[in-house]
Formats: sequence, structure tokens, C-alpha cells
Amino acid sequence: MGLLKIKIDGQEFEAEEGMTILDVSRKYHLGIPSLCSHPDLTVQANCRICVVEIKGQKMPALSCMTKVKDGLEIITNSELIKKLRRTNLEFIWANHHENCEQCPFKDDCQLKKLSEEYGVSPYYSSRKASRKKYSFGGAIVFDAEKCIDCRQCVLACQKQNVGFLEVKNRGADITIFPQLAKNKDCIYCGQCVSHCPVNALSADNRSLENLEKWLKDKNKIIIAQIAPAVRTGLGEGLGVDYGKIKVEHLATALKKLGFHYVFDTSTGADFTTYEEAQELIERLKNNKWLPMMTSCCPAWVKYVEFYHPDLIPYLTTVRSPQMILGAYLKTYWAKKQQIDPSKMRVISLMPCTAKKYEIKRPELKLNNGLAPVDEVITTRQLTIYLREKKIDLTKMEETPLDALATGAGFIYGATGGVMESALRTAYYFLTHEEPPQVEFKKVRGLKDLKEAQYQIANYQLNVLVVNGLNLIEEVIKTIKENPSKYHYLEVMACRGGCLGGGGQPLPIDSLIREKRAAVLYHLDEKAPLRFSYQNPVLLDFYHSPEAENLKRNFYTFYQKKKKVGFKIIKK
Amino acid sequence: MSDLIEKIKQSGLKGRGGAGFPTGLKWEMVQKAAALKKYVILNASEGEPEVFKDFYILSHYFKEVVAALELALKTIGGQEAYIYINHKYYQKLKRKIKSLVKDKPIKVFVKKGGYLAGEETTLMQVIEGQRPEPRLRPPYPTEYGLYGCPTLINNVETLYYVYKIYQDDYHQNRFVCFSGDLRFPGVYELNENLTIKQMLEETKNWPAKDFFVQVGGGASGEFLFSGELDTPLKSTGAIIVYDKKKTNVLNLARKLVNFFYHENCGRCLVCREGVFRLKEILAQKKPDFEKAEEIAFALSQLAFCGLGSGCGVALYSLITKLIKNGTPKN
Repeated sequence: MGLLKIKIDGQEFEAEEGMTILDVSRKYHLGIPSLCSHPDLTVQANCRICVVEIKGQKMPALSCMTKVKDGLEIITNSELIKKLRRTNLEFIWANHHENCEQCPFKDDCQLKKLSEEYGVSPYYSSRKASRKKYSFGGAIVFDAEKCIDCRQCVLACQKQNVGFLEVKNRGADITIFPQLAKNKDCIYCGQCVSHCPVNALSADNRSLENLEKWLKDKNKIIIAQIAPAVRTGLGEGLGVDYGKIKVEHLATALKKLGFHYVFDTSTGADFTTYEEAQELIERLKNNKWLPMMTSCCPAWVKYVEFYHPDLIPYLTTVRSPQMILGAYLKTYWAKKQQIDPSKMRVISLMPCTAKKYEIKRPELKLNNGLAPVDEVITTRQLTIYLREKKIDLTKMEETPLDALATGAGFIYGATGGVMESALRTAYYFLTHEEPPQVEFKKVRGLKDLKEAQYQIANYQLNVLVVNGLNLIEEVIKTIKENPSKYHYLEVMACRGGCLGGGGQPLPIDSLIREKRAAVLYHLDEKAPLRFSYQNPVLLDFYHSPEAENLKRNFYTFYQKKKKVGFKIIKK
Repeated sequence: MSDLIEKIKQSGLKGRGGAGFPTGLKWEMVQKAAALKKYVILNASEGEPEVFKDFYILSHYFKEVVAALELALKTIGGQEAYIYINHKYYQKLKRKIKSLVKDKPIKVFVKKGGYLAGEETTLMQVIEGQRPEPRLRPPYPTEYGLYGCPTLINNVETLYYVYKIYQDDYHQNRFVCFSGDLRFPGVYELNENLTIKQMLEETKNWPAKDFFVQVGGGASGEFLFSGELDTPLKSTGAIIVYDKKKTNVLNLARKLVNFFYHENCGRCLVCREGVFRLKEILAQKKPDFEKAEEIAFALSQLAFCGLGSGCGVALYSLITKLIKNGTPKN
């Protein structure tokens, strides 16, 4: 693997063998534009915007698919290239119905930025203005009039082993379309959203309308809960280092907007861990329904319920952190604060589109008939909302949150975090001691699959963390053939875990995932409490006489799911 | 058997499907590729308007072509060959084909889809039952072809001449179709070093009246003035002659764009949108030729596959030479 020397616009750069011109441009931030080539996915070369000239070659080349060779001289800014890119941008606009003023992403749009750079405005009449708008499970919206048919979403969906989105028709009539086949359904993970270069796919925006309405209503008590992963991306685009914008800064902003209380979903995660560790021990003792599979990720739950309903009994019956925290707030906490829970509105700020779907699951209603969570807003929606409200997080003071969370709750936002958190507490439950090492490092990191063995009391635990659904079918095959191979399985639908979720800010790539994960592990390291069972909020709850009764709201069940498909929301 | 590859190399034979890749080199690449399974495909999909030379060869020399296909299998170490054939040709030659491939490891696959389904990677998608669209290259079929295996794909004419080379009977000839406003249309076997002008003269097809030609095919071929013909024919063997007075150039442009509008797959943005907009612009009474030229140029430079760039080349030459500049000087 030798180092290659290439020249781009006269300047020399070092590149590694196997890199494309676009890889080099990305590494050195040279700004060769690219819409359809995402580092997570295989090269498509459909959008043609990354065209460059290569000295000595008659025809221009595409940076996304041209591997560099030693001595290559590349020109990215010639008149020819500018001309071709301008023509191409006009073509892209002809596919993407221009409606920037109304578009929530107008300040967050690659296409708009590029067009300004090249002095291009829509030239042709839009031929997509009459295309439809679809909603997938109230979580994701696909606006076909904005789609440039680059197919990143289709690839991302295939990579998730879902294949709900497909390419239909030919030529000028080509379109991305949700599958009609009965055996394919959306799991709402939002990886299509994460990989859409032009915001044709986005998180459902109706939750913001409700939030606005409730904020104006004097009778409502508005409560925010902020998922652990949300904080990891808050500084992106604000020009500050990772970790600089804390959840405490966000709490100040939210209270300015009219929120009455702000909680950390990590507190909910501590509850989940506390219950899930017990369920794991129970299953280990009975040697039944192993491996136990995590259920914090609603996209994974839907994947099991729709594609592998026979695996339902393996899912832990403990609810996800957002639902548990919602339940805690609208029951125990509400009573303690003497607040009428029916006046409460719990708004979850989540890195996730599937969480929008999760809150609508009817079996999660509380025994007082209320839904634990009323709306979900994604991190990306939140950052756009804050910008519209002219709130700059870098200028906020810190406000402490309304409940404590432990380090074990923070790491829920990264792949392996749920597993690690549960293992820490399970170790304590089984041995009544803290583990010699707090950290279970083998389950961390961005590999697709992470396998580890841990000896806890009398149990030799084999665990597996599945990071993204890329290899999930192989894992499921292994489990079906050999159920005793693993005792505990964590699955997160999105790569990197929640911090790489479909509701997180864009762009996303492996480097960004790593940086976001580092924020959480750093918080954990510095946390005064690093075991969920130590959380005083939990201790208070579990020592109360009502705990036994209220714990019912911490558990759930699953059902085989029929296809939901899509709804047309604009004809 | 690598003697044959050496012979092909020495002959200088280049692929006659249009791209002109050195045949010997292609064979060698597939022969050297390490794989458990390799394929050979005879591309008999000929689908471009005004190109009919492969049909001529199949009608007269199918036996030779099949013999070359078997030679190819042996030489590159392949297990299975495909004859991928235009459905009209199949209807006409069915009996002959069946009797020739009987007992041989050769499958006949009747082409599904239009013009694009003859493009070599699209053709593989079609055989595999996938969307009829071109694949990204690299990897090239010599390395990653049919079902992901190294694949040797040759056009009918190319394989015919491989057989001639094998028999030491190759004389740098090629087949050229003549059509349009000329006296003796048809397929001729001519020396490949002749200029286009010489080809027209030798076949007694040099027009008496003012004319222009399209070379390489009736859709994607480049347009040339009668004064530009002192050059050998480098593309597919097809020369179409147009009587300048009789021809409505704008209508010709419209006809060409319509062809590409119906045949393009929609995969890459430039082709999908460029062809659509060209059609839209040319449909107007007074088309904006500046814009049309810009689009045609972008297509010729930026399209994903030969269909789009072919459309660009044809339209760009037509617009710049015959429309924008009015009457060309000869």
C-alpha cells in the first residue's frame, strides 16, 4: 500500500492506493461536489455532478468512480467543468421541484448551496410538481416532487435488508416508489432520510405543529425528554467542537421556548437497564428464551415483528427508555409534583424517525389511559426549529436537567451501549459487587458485528452486538440454527447506534459516527455515577410502595405485524 | 490455445460492436482472470436503426460464428456460452440456430427490451433478470461480467473475423451497411483502411447531389459533411447518406431524439433529463438551438453509457454543423 502523489488544480496531495478522486477531495476538503455518492454505500455515478478533467484524457471523468494513480493531474475548476456542472445543476433542478421558501431545509440544502456557488437557478419547467407525497407510518415523508432519482435511499434501504423502496418505470418516468409487495414493509429506521441528498425524504413534520399549539396553550405542562444521542450532533453546523454543546445548554433553550421541564432520556435508560438486567438474569436462570434480544430500537422491533415474528419471544419485554421515562413522568412523577397527567405533554427529542412510530403503539398506553409520550421531534427537526426561533445554542447558559442520569444511561446512544449498561448492572445484581472494570470495551466500536465473552458469577456469557441491519439476516440464521450460541443480543438498526439514527443531523459518515460516540463515552467516563442502579431517581421510585403496581407500565408485548405500507398525503 | 490469442493480437483486430477495444487483449484478460466459472457471450442483439450487418453475417456465416464461439470457450477456459440475439433475427434464424448449437454448451437467449438491452452490461443485467440498465465500469465484464464471473463478450462480426484469423484468412476487412439516399444500399465487405469517401466510391454510392452522412449508426452516429470524409470509419460499420435538399434537418433531429427518449433507461441524470429537455426544446416551432447544443454537448461528455453519449454526439454534430451554421460549405 504505497502512497501516491497526485495533483489537483496544481496543488500536490498524497493519496492511498484504492482511493477515488472524490475520496481525496473529501479527505482534504477540496470541495468537489457530489450528491449521489455516499461513503456508506456503493458508488452509483448517477448524478454526474462530480465531473473533473484529467490531464491527458480526452473525456472528462467522474471523481466518484475514478481511482487515483500516481502522477495523476486533475483539474476541477476549468471552464469546461464549470459549464458541465451548470448544465447538470439545471437538470437537477428540473427534477427537484423548486419551492425553497416553503422548504424547512432551505438553510440546510446542498443543492441550494451548490446552485448559489455556480450561479444556477431553475431554468426548465419542473416536471415533478404533480408527483405525490407519501407518509410511511407517520414517521417518514417521501416527497416525490423533490426526488432526483439518485437511488441513495434505495441502496440504504437494501443495505438495511428491508428493500421497501424500489426504482420503478424507465426513462423520464423513472421514480422511487415504496414496494407494493406484501412481504416488504418500512421499519421507519430513516436511513433513507440520512442518505437523501435533496431532502425528498424527511422525518414527518406534523409533530412540530402540535408542539407549537401546545406551547401556546396555558393549560398544558410541556415536558421535554432528550435522548442520549441527541447531544452528540447538536454542535454540528454551529462551528464548535464535539461535546461543547451540552444537553444543559439545550435545556436553557427549551425553557426559553416555553418548556416547563426538561429530562434526559438517559434517566429512562437507567430504568430500562435496571429492568432489563433483571430479565436477563431471569432468563439465564431458567435457561429459556435465550438469546435475549434488546428492544430499545423500534425499527429493529418492527423488523422482528414483520419479517421474523417467530423471534418475538426472544425480545426483552422491557420498554425502551423514552417510553419508560414517559410512563414514569405521567404516573409517579406527576403524582409527586401534583400535576394532572392529562395536562402533561411529553415531547421526545430523538435521533430517530422510528420513535415517532413507537409512541403510536397502542399497547404502550398507561393504566391511566394516557400515551406515555405525545410527540417525537428529531434532532434535525430540532436544530432547524431552533434556527427558525433564532436560538443559538452556543450562546446559552447551562441549566441542570430535572432529573439525574448515570453514565450507563448516556452510552445508550452508541452501538453496544445498551449491552454494556445492562452488563454493568447485571454484574452487580449477580455478584453484589461492582465489576473490576466498569467498561465492557469489546462491545464498543463501529464494526458491523461485535462478539464478546464475559464471565459473570457462574455464567459464561456470550454476547453479540449488531451494529446496523446490514448483516442481520446472517445473524438470525445463526441464531435459528444454534439458539444457544449467544445469551444476549443487542441490535440497533442504524450504524453507530442511535447517534447514527435517521433523525440525526446531516451529513453522516463513519468519522462523524466515531466523533459522536466519543462524546458519549467521555460523558460516561466523567460521570459521578456509572451504574444505572445507583441513580437516586430509580432508588426513590423502587423504594416507594407504588413501584410494584406502576412497574406494569415498564413492560410490553409484541405482535406479528401486517403490512402498513404508505399513505398518500398529497396527490 | 493461447496461440490463437497471439494471432488475434497480431492481426490488430478491434471489436466491431462500436467501442473498438483490441480483441486479442480482451481475450487475454478473460483467459488470465482466475475464476471457477467464466462465460462467453455472442452479442447478436444488433438494435440500432440502419445497422444490419450482423444479420447479414448470421444469415450467411452462422456456422463460422458458432465455431468461433467454441474456440473462445476453449481458449479462455469458459464453461458456458450464450448467444444473445435480437428477437427478429431469432424468428428468422431459429431453425439454423437450433441445429447448430445442439449438444453444445451454448444457450440461446432472445433479447428482451430495446436498443439499450444490446449494451454489453445491460445485456448481462437482462440475462440475470435484473433491471435493464448499464452497470458501472470498472469493473469491466472481463473481470466481473455475467453473474459476477469473468466474461468474454464479442459482437457477431468480431467473432466471425476471429474465425477467419484462426483459418489464416483475415485480410483487414470489415462489413459496412449502406443506406439512405444512395443507389446501392446493402452490406459490403470492405477493407477497413479505406476512407469513408473511398468506401462510398468503391460501392458506387458516391451521391451526385449535395449530401451529408451519418456514420456509425442511424441513431448515435456522428454527422459529417461530404467534405469531411477523408478519414477511415472508426465506429460501427454503417454509413447513411442524406440528400441535403430533400432532408428536413429539424425533423431528423426530432426523430433521433424521440428514439433516445423511448430507449433511455433513466438511470443517470444527464441522459434522463437531457434527452427529455432536448425533445421538449426541439418540439417547439422555433427551437432554442443554443440550449439544445449545450444539452447535446453535456450528453456527449457526461452520460453514463454509450446510449447517452451517442445521443449527444449525433445531436451535437447535427446541430452545430447542419442547423446552427445554416448551409455547410463542402
